[in-house]
Amino acid sequence: MKHASRLEGTHLVAGPARPSAARARRRAVRWTVIAFATLFVAVVIGLFAGAVRISPVGIIGWMFGGGSLTDQQKAIVAELRLPRVALAGLVGAALSVSGCAYQAAFRNPLADPYLLGSAAGAGLGATIVIVLGVADVPLALPAAAFLGALGGVGLAYAMASTRAAGRTSTSLLLGGVAVASFLTALQTYVQQRNTDDLRAVYAFILGRLGTSSWHEVWLALPWVALACAVLLASRRLLEVLSLGDLEAASLGAHVTRDRAVVVIAASLATAAAVAVAGLIGFVGLIVPHAVRMATGASNRLVVGLSILFGAAFLILCDVLARTVVAPGELPIGVITALIGAPFFALVLRRSGGAR
Amino acid sequence: MQRFRSLGGLLLLVSLLAVACAASSPSVPAGGSTPTTTAAYPMTIDAANGNVTLDAMPTRIVSMSPTATEMLFAIGAGDQVIAADSYSNYPSDAPTTKLSAYEPNVEAIANDEPDLVVYATDTGDLQSSLDKLKIPALSEPAAATLDDVYAQMEQLGLATGHADEAAAQVSALKQKIQSVIDQVGDAGKGMTYYYELDDTYYSATSDTFIGAVLSELGLKNIADQAKGASSGYPQQSAEYIVQANPDLILLADTKCCGQDAEKVAKRPGWSDLNAVKDGGVVELDDDVASRWGPRIADLLQQVGDAVTAAQASAHASVAGSG
Repeated sequence: MKHASRLEGTHLVAGPARPSAARARRRAVRWTVIAFATLFVAVVIGLFAGAVRISPVGIIGWMFGGGSLTDQQKAIVAELRLPRVALAGLVGAALSVSGCAYQAAFRNPLADPYLLGSAAGAGLGATIVIVLGVADVPLALPAAAFLGALGGVGLAYAMASTRAAGRTSTSLLLGGVAVASFLTALQTYVQQRNTDDLRAVYAFILGRLGTSSWHEVWLALPWVALACAVLLASRRLLEVLSLGDLEAASLGAHVTRDRAVVVIAASLATAAAVAVAGLIGFVGLIVPHAVRMATGASNRLVVGLSILFGAAFLILCDVLARTVVAPGELPIGVITALIGAPFFALVLRRSGGAR
Repeated sequence: MQRFRSLGGLLLLVSLLAVACAASSPSVPAGGSTPTTTAAYPMTIDAANGNVTLDAMPTRIVSMSPTATEMLFAIGAGDQVIAADSYSNYPSDAPTTKLSAYEPNVEAIANDEPDLVVYATDTGDLQSSLDKLKIPALSEPAAATLDDVYAQMEQLGLATGHADEAAAQVSALKQKIQSVIDQVGDAGKGMTYYYELDDTYYSATSDTFIGAVLSELGLKNIADQAKGASSGYPQQSAEYIVQANPDLILLADTKCCGQDAEKVAKRPGWSDLNAVKDGGVVELDDDVASRWGPRIADLLQQVGDAVTAAQASAHASVAGSG
């Protein structure tokens, strides 16, 4: 029974053997420190590693206003590497925190940021812009992806909130699946009618960090920060929602409204991430689960840890993407899947075997 | 679901890259290289897809390859082409239709009652479907070298009864290319270039057709350094391109991705590159760059002019500073 509940919803908070409040607090502090340390290490590696070998001493010197870097090396670090690390961190944080939020809000361990039609919507928006040939109009592509992602989620929500559907989390999930299939079909149709643009469309769908600049960082930052703030503030709410609609209502939660807030915030983060980096799969699924399994913590802690570990995870994946075949590049989506899936299996096994 | 689609997308992208610009060395036998004054039908052509027999001079040709369309028109067989695929946008009088070369619809092709179909890639069992309908088909796959280009033009000439014209066009093409090589002379030696396929920095190495053509000018390709270069079309890291500091940036993504010299100069970290400072960013026509037709000589001329100009400006800056 204990095992069954772990499998169905690993995020369930009210486990039978809940440690004392003091122990929980100590654990929270410990994991928060570990998460910050991991993120710091990831950023340092991200800054030192790259297709071009630049001495770490030189980079540190440059950061403190001196150093021996050539102008070209300075340009590489300041204009290419730093924004790329920053964007990877932002996107990783956004996808992970929205994954965490979706999983709790829908009480479904398989929920991920792309579930509710947001990815399909973003893909359709981007494809239309590319096909219309206006992709180089400033902001057109991110704006279309952003609107598409929100539109996809909105459509799923509209479908699920009819009276017949009963406004449950299950009907929202089913609505999302239907919307995603429909929008994906539309996207494929538009794309097949315009095979000239296949390369550009796939570059978007595969996800990319290779052309990151500060421009994308500033574009995504406000939305991701806003969504993270809302979800961090709602972390108690997530814990309550993950108990189930009836239980949550009995605890005084406005289930429909609260879930809407969480879903909108998570979708905003997803849309912002997709708009600047394309579709990068797996992050939103594995990071929150890995955090839950490793820490055994409740959603209250997992939200914040997902932000930090998610950022670190994508920064490290991107380090691999740009160094493994350097000076070539690997698509980031391939790395997140190749690293993510086995890592996920490992965490699943370890945590399953430990208890 | 999404991530599987993404992986599937990667596979599709890779295969499209392979198909669209493939470097797979096709064997175009020199069977058609001897020009004949009077074409003798029925004839058997030793083509890339085996022996192809033509009972009479084809007058209803369907071209499923933009390159083949350009070649057919160049050798004077344009009148015999009744339909060309949706990408056959050159020359302007080519009978472009909605026929898709990526997803060939054999029924739609058969509807035109062709007596010859020319294609570059056998997508979706095109060849075997045409076999069943007893429609003769000629495969003219992506060229790996200029010699492949010449052989394909000659073979199309032989098949369409324009062998003499094809031979004349081939020698004119050879001359044009030689004149660019002569014009550039030693100016290209030691000069480096970055060839851009799209705005996510996919490139082409010297192992590809376009790379091989550019090597004729003595240029060095920075993509050859990429370990992933075995694929011929590696994605380059922006850091690496900036560090390599190429003398020339050849944009084959002006149409697909709307890139131009101005946009390249605005990319973060690119403004100090030699190519950007000295006017070495060359805006190519994506179509010409991704095909292996007779217009390749014009592309080479464009690059050759840029090499000459870049060397002149390098001399000027040396003289100015000295």
